[in-house]
Formats: sequence, C-alpha cells, structure tokens
Amino acid sequence: MDQATPRTFKAKDFASDQDVRWCPGCGDYAILSAVHKALAIQGIAPESIAFVSGIGCSSRFPYYMSTYGFHTIHGRAPAVATGLKIGRPDLQVWLVTGDGDALSIGGNHLIHVLRRNVDIKILLFNNRIYGLTKGQYSPTSEFGKKTKSTPLGSVDHPFSPLVVGLGAEATFLARAIDVDAPVLGEVLAATAAHQGSAYVEILQNCNIFNDGAWDTLSAKESRADALLHLRHGQPMVFGRARDKGIVLRGLRPEVVTLGEGGLSEADCWVHDAHDPDPTRAFILARMWAPALPVPVGVLRAVQRPCYDAAVNAQVATARATPGDLHKLLVGRKNWTVS
Amino acid sequence: MSMGESTAPVRRRETLESVVVRFAGDSGDGMQLAGSQMTLASVLAGNDVATFPDFPAEIRAPAGTLAGVSGFQLHFASDEVFTPGDAVDALVAMNPAALAKNIKSLRKSGLLIVNRDAFTARGLKMAGYAENPLQDGSLAEYQLFEVDLSRLCRDALADTELGSKEVERSKNYFALGLMCWLYERQLEVVEEEIAARFQGKPHLLDANLAVLRGGWAYGENSELFRIRFAVPPAPAGAPGIYRNITGNEAVALGLIAASVQAGRDIFFGSYPITPASDVLHALAGQKSFGVRTFQAEDEIAAVCAALGAAWGGQLAVTCTSGPGMALKQEAIGLAVMTELPLVILDVQRGGPSTGLPTKTEQADLLQAIWGRNSESPVAVVAPRSPSDAFDATYEAVQVALRHMMPVIILSDGAIANGAEPWRVPDPAQLAPITAPELATAEGLGEKGFLPYSRDPLTLARPWARLGTPGLQHRIGGLEKSEGTGHISYDSDNHHNMVVLRQRRIDNIANFLPGCDVTGDRQGDVLVVSWGSTYGACLTAVRRAQRAGKRVSHVHLRWLNPLPSDLGELLESFRTVLVPEMNLGQLYKVLRAAYDFRGHSYTRVAGMPLRVQELEAEIEALLPS
Ligand SMILES: Cc1ncc(C[n+]2csc(CCOP(=O)(O)OP(=O)(O)O)c2C)c(N)n1
Ligand code: SF4
Ligand SMILES: [Mg+2]
Repeated sequence: MDQATPRTFKAKDFASDQDVRWCPGCGDYAILSAVHKALAIQGIAPESIAFVSGIGCSSRFPYYMSTYGFHTIHGRAPAVATGLKIGRPDLQVWLVTGDGDALSIGGNHLIHVLRRNVDIKILLFNNRIYGLTKGQYSPTSEFGKKTKSTPLGSVDHPFSPLVVGLGAEATFLARAIDVDAPVLGEVLAATAAHQGSAYVEILQNCNIFNDGAWDTLSAKESRADALLHLRHGQPMVFGRARDKGIVLRGLRPEVVTLGEGGLSEADCWVHDAHDPDPTRAFILARMWAPALPVPVGVLRAVQRPCYDAAVNAQVATARATPGDLHKLLVGRKNWTVS
Repeated sequence: MSMGESTAPVRRRETLESVVVRFAGDSGDGMQLAGSQMTLASVLAGNDVATFPDFPAEIRAPAGTLAGVSGFQLHFASDEVFTPGDAVDALVAMNPAALAKNIKSLRKSGLLIVNRDAFTARGLKMAGYAENPLQDGSLAEYQLFEVDLSRLCRDALADTELGSKEVERSKNYFALGLMCWLYERQLEVVEEEIAARFQGKPHLLDANLAVLRGGWAYGENSELFRIRFAVPPAPAGAPGIYRNITGNEAVALGLIAASVQAGRDIFFGSYPITPASDVLHALAGQKSFGVRTFQAEDEIAAVCAALGAAWGGQLAVTCTSGPGMALKQEAIGLAVMTELPLVILDVQRGGPSTGLPTKTEQADLLQAIWGRNSESPVAVVAPRSPSDAFDATYEAVQVALRHMMPVIILSDGAIANGAEPWRVPDPAQLAPITAPELATAEGLGEKGFLPYSRDPLTLARPWARLGTPGLQHRIGGLEKSEGTGHISYDSDNHHNMVVLRQRRIDNIANFLPGCDVTGDRQGDVLVVSWGSTYGACLTAVRRAQRAGKRVSHVHLRWLNPLPSDLGELLESFRTVLVPEMNLGQLYKVLRAAYDFRGHSYTRVAGMPLRVQELEAEIEALLPS
C-alpha cells in the first residue's frame, strides 16, 4: 500500500457482497451499518482488519464485512482472536459475540481475554435470548422469564455483561443500544481508538424471540429519561429536559431533580472514565432501570499493557540475538562419531 | 570402614554386552536425576541406551510409602538397544517401599543394592513388610548388598555445615557414584552436571561432589563387591554429532527445525498436563527463534488460539494429553472445515478419564482418527522412539503445511520421558517444507480470490496472507461451496465436500513412502506395530529371525492414511500379530480397511510391552 496517499473510505467499502440473512427488523442490521460507518471514519483499510465471531445470529457478522473474517465455534472466538492477534499484531482485530456465546459457553474465554487485555475490540450483542437456537433464555435473561426451555419461568439469576467484564479487569467498558445511532457511533469510535481489550455491550432487539426486551430504554419517548449518556469529564445529567442528575452519596448513586433543594449540575457526579480505581465504574455498571437510568457511552477507558504487545516484545528482545539452530540441536552435551 | 584407606580388595572384572539397572526410591530421593545422569555417563561411554522413567502422579506422596516410589530404568549395551529392557540386572532400592514395589522386576540372581539405614521398623511398616526382608531370607535368590547409605553420606559430609535434611537429600549421588564405579562409568560427566546444577551454591556443589566420589570410593574400597562390570562401547554409528534426547525434547526441536525451514514462527498454545507440559517448558525458552508460547485458560482456548494463529500465517501447534485431547476435538473439526494447517500433539497417558497420568498407554488412536462429530478425518502420525519424535514432528509439519490441514502427532508417556542417543541432523540437510502461500491478489481471474480453490496434486487450498489487499475472505465452520468458499446448504455440494475431505487424507499416502519391512515381505507371521511398541516388537522379531523363523516386522509411522502397500503386505503372511497398549485399536482400524487374518495382542498396564511376552506370542503363532 502506498503510504503517501491516504485512502478514504465510505461505509459501503466495508460491506461484503453476501446477502444479509438476519430476520427483517432484527437489531443486528442497525449495528452492522453503524460498524460500516465507524470503520469508514476510522480510515483503516478493510484488508488490515479481521472480524472473528463465535456462533449465534450475531456471530454471522463477519460474512457481511469486506474485511478478513472468521466465523469460529460457539464461545471460542476470544481464544481464536487472541492467537490471531499475538501472531499478527499488525491487524486490527474485532470480535462479535452474543450474550449466550460470550457469557455461557464462552464465559471462560471472555474473562481471560479481558484479563490479559489483548488488543481486541469486542462487540457483545445482548438480546437477552438465544436467537439462533430459537428462543431459550440466556445468562442475561431476567429472572422468571418464560421461554421454550423455561415454561414456568426461569429460576436463573442473570448477570450483567459489564459487571462481569469489570470483574475480569477490563480496561475499556462501554454500552450502546442498537436504535440509538449517535451513541452507538460515538462508542464504536472510542472502541476503535482504545488500545487493549475494548468491551462493548450493545443492547439489541431480537424481534422474533424476545421482541421489546429493551423497549423501556429504546422507545423514543422514554429514552432520554431511561438512559444516562456518559461523557468523560461531564456531570451526569439526563432527562428529556436535562433536569435530572446523579448525585453520589458515599457509594450510593441517587437521582435528583436539578433546581430542587438547591441542587445544580455542579452537585452531580462528574464522570471520570480514566479513573484507575474501578470502584466507581462498578457502581455505574450496576445502575439499572427502573430505579436508576441505565448508563450508555464509555463507562471506563484506562490504559494497561496489552498481552499481545508484551509477548511480542519478549520475542523481539530475544531475537536481538537470533537463535542458532545447529547450536540448539546439538545441545549442551554431545559427542562426535567420525 | 573409612574412605581414606585404599587397599582395594581383589576382585573379578566381567564384561557384559547389555545391562539393565533401575534406581528406585522416594519421590524426593532424586531417582530421576540419578538415572538420567547415569544415562548421560553411559551414552558418553559410547553405549547405546534406552530409558524408562516411572514415577507416581503425586508430587510428594508421604515419604516412605508405596505410593511415593519413583523409579528410573536404564538399559545400556554394546549393541543396539530398542527398549528399556524387560528384566532388571541391578536394582538400587533406597527404602523398603522401593524394594517392595520393584523387586518383581529384578531377575533371579540380579544385584540388589539397598540402603540398610532406611529399613527401620517404621519404614518396613509403611512398605507393608511384617518381617525385615533383609533378614528373613526372602531375598535369597538375589545378590544382596546392604549399604548404610544414609550413614555413609553423613560421614562423607561430617565436616561441612550442611543440615541433616541436605545431607539426606544428597544420598542419590552416593548411589550414583557407587553404580558408576560398579559399571565403570566416568564420573567426570556427572561432576559437570553437578557443577551446572549447583552453580552459585558452592557449599552444595562441594557436598554433592564429595558424596558422589564417596559412593565411588566405597565401591572401590569396601569388601562388599567382589565383582565389577564393563560394558564396552557399541559399534560406532554413522558419523556425526550425537546427543542424548527425550521424546518431549525431540518434539520441541523438531518444531523449531521445521519453523526455521518453513520460515514461519511457531505459535504454541497449550494448557499444562502431564506428560506433555515439558514441551511447553522447552519451547517457552526459545523466543530467539520467534517462538510464541501461549499458556491458555484451558485446552479449548489453546487449540483455538493456535487455529487463529494458523489463519494469520504462523506455524500453529497445540499440545496436550488424552483428557485435553477430548476437549480440543470440536476445534480440530473447525480446522478440518477451514482447511488450516495445525499440528496437534497428544502425549498419550493411561486412561480413561484422569486415569494414570504418569504412565504410558496408546489408547487415543481411535480418538485421534475418529474422535470428532461427523465425517471429520484427520491425518495421524506417531513417533516410534524418543529420538524419532524429532522426525515424526518434522513430517507432521510438512504434511500440515503442504496439504493445509490439521495433523495429530500421537506420542506417549514412554516416548515423552524416555531417552536415547540421537544423531543430530545437519540443519542444511533438512527436507524442504512447502506451503501454498498466497500473498498478492495480482493475476487472480475476474472472479477474484477463491479461498476454496485447490492445488490438484496436494488438494490444498491457498493460504492467503492476511493483510493483503484483494485477498479478503471469510471462513468458518459452516459448509463451504467448493471454490468460492461461500456458505452452502446444497445437498450435492455437501456430499462432494465430505468425500473431498476424506480424499484429502487418502491423497497424503501418495507423498509417503511405502511399508518399511524388517525381514521378508512374505512369511508366517507379520508383526505390525505403531508408536512406542516399536522397540519391543522389533527386538522380538529379530530374535525370532535369528532362530530361523519366518517372521517379519512392519512399523506404521502414519496411522491415517495407512501406507498404500499395506493391504498387500498383510495378505502375504499366514497370520498377522498386532501388539498394542490398548484393547486392539490399530487392529480394529486394520480390520476395517483390509481383509486379512490376524491376532490382536493387548496389554494395558501403563508400562511398555516386554520383549519376552511378544516372543511368546510370536512363538504361539508359528507353525509347529
Ligand atoms: C458446541 C455448541 N453448542 C451449542 C450450539 C447451539 N447454539 C448455537 S447459537 C447458540 C446460542 C446463541 O445465543 P447468543 O450467543 O445469545 O446469540 P444470538 O443468536 O442471540 O445472537 C447455541 C446454543 C452450538 N452451535 N455449538
Ligand atoms: S432470531 Fe432474533 S437475533 Fe436472530 S436474526 Fe432473528 S431477530 Fe435477529
Ligand atoms: Mg443472544
């Protein structure tokens, strides 16, 4: 590639020629188009990018990208992506996964890729259901959920993808919702820019098996009151009239109405995405409707050395004196027959 | 007696062709160390050797118990050696438990050297002895030498500052010194090893050297030994540089040699498991060759990471033992589907389940050939001895890269930890390794890049270099259209692809040599072996041949595909004997593939097969 003439890209440059096979109305379409756009803005060529996925509706994603793509096996994409990134640090590696793929069968790999901080961008499409296998509950489905496999209601306690991620020492945590293109675009741009595991929960509607799962968060009328759009360095203010704020009392977040009781923006919790202490990020990750607005945007973005870079640095140092095959083969103790 | 005196008693010197010794003691007694250093001394004395380390799964079972006994068997000879030996000529037993556990392996009138100090009431009880076997006459059929090993070590170290624990810990070197004297092995080699081991710890270095020499001097000066043995060097092999090597070391070296030859860095994904971990350890220290080792969170991650690296163009390897192999199978199926080169090392151990982690077995053959869902054929190769693991590994890489496919190497515990001399290959003489690399989109037809187009000879698809403009492609576990690689649910395409994947395996046989037969290509009995039973089978067949019997041996290096002339060979013998350390897995494979008459001989004891039992089996099949 001629380095001197920077190429510019359009969203369609990142689309493949394959027919997209998600159900009409599926939230995955909006995410796909947001990713195409974000990559065009980022400006890295399709051939320098690889998309790796597991199994699930969401994991069909790589087929619809003009980049390199690997649709692997259920739950194991983080491991495949880790091997790829270690061997090929020159490629930008993205990973697409679902709530079942990442948090059930692939839970082990997910926590370890985050812990190692491998330089991979992880998009978890959370539709709170197993889409591809036609509608069983998932680890993010709400307690009591009735599905094909839980006719009397699920008795499984769900967990939050971001809380799990934080427990695994993730350096970058973000959330967006499929229908909110501006926030999704902003989050994808930050994801692309982060060095290390960038972990994003995208709330996605499965209109076939779990339609409306995010309605209270996504509906145009209620969105502004239900979501808290986080911006680094900004006080946490939300609501259609931007008249509500979050005040942190000790370790307890509280919704306040601005202007009441003498409270103003200046009293609100100011978001610090770069705080090395994960305590506040944990509070944010656990904030949930209806008691509290659900945070979207970048919850946490801190720097820590990447595993893949560290592995390659050790190799580069050792290679300063390249190995001598003959010396290695003959070993320390040997004898000669002439 | 004190060691200062040097009025050596008069004694006989006997020359032997072949000797089997075994060191046995507590796991903490350093028996593996003593055994491997005597091995080194023996190869440097010019003997051919084979070894069999036999240790418990527990790291340190309570001292003195039967569970904690660790053994190391060494066979050295002035002739070619193919097995660690059936019966032991000299047994060193450091305590009653070691005696109880190993006495069965000692031949009648064999040498039995015991550490008398350990035969206390408590020690005897822990080993389950009601009476002291040193005193009740039960050892009468052996030549018993009682040595106060612990006391002699204390004496040798009387004027050092060493604590009693450290003194006790050095007694393996006393036993080693004594054995080196008895079999005329040079101490210099061992002394160099001790020097390397205790570098920077002068007090331990001096102490262990003193004890080693004390053991030698004790043999020389005490009245106990009226005989000493010489085992002259074996006839010099082909000219070249030789070294001693274990199977796990040989795999690591084979991978690095292949990596240098192929010009591709190794990505090695692994999760620790006995007896395979040493390959990970060996490669982790070879970063100057560009080796990237990845200790994954589990075996599934290890193989998946390797597959990701393979897609990225690395020489991808994963390594495990039976239980881990079971975990990797789904991902190996993905490698079959995506037609990516991947080397999978399975160092087989006793099973099922956790089984016998430190013992050997060859019962993963069917798991390797058929252990995945659906029609998912994989090439399988097995080394036959520790040094052969270098070549088998090298060949596995050749096939994986040339044909773009996963290849399983089936090693086992005996090969992994066993050692033998190896003629080191000249790096300039290594066989070529080729891969269908594609690193430019120039010259592609109007259809652009077809990831599932293939080379008519190797049936390999191109290995596109990721990052190349115009070669972007998508692969995955869903069925592919031949050519484009697009997802296809078409029934004819699926049938064709299933058949094609099998044909890709069968086709490898066109690139491999035919059967390498020891003996005539027809006769009464053909012994067919694979893996580590090679040495025992070959030795048994040679003995039968020397006795004028019409017996031949064929050893199978590739288990999938089988050599193309094997069927004909099987039919050229009155009968076929297939000895295995499983319940007849190769036998089943052969019976499914060929029409022949034969016998399966099986023993799954966690131990190498013995030559004697094979001789008896062959004898029974011969016409009377
Ligand atoms: C080893 C294995 N087990 C089970 C399946 C079946 N399976 C395919 S996708 C899936 C769940 C997918 O759910 P999720 O990750 O939430 O993805 P979605 O379809 O909702 O996007 C399951 C159980 C499989 N393909 N492989
Ligand atoms: S089943 Fe649900 S998640 Fe899957 S494609 Fe259809 S709408 Fe989307
Ligand atoms: Mg889902």
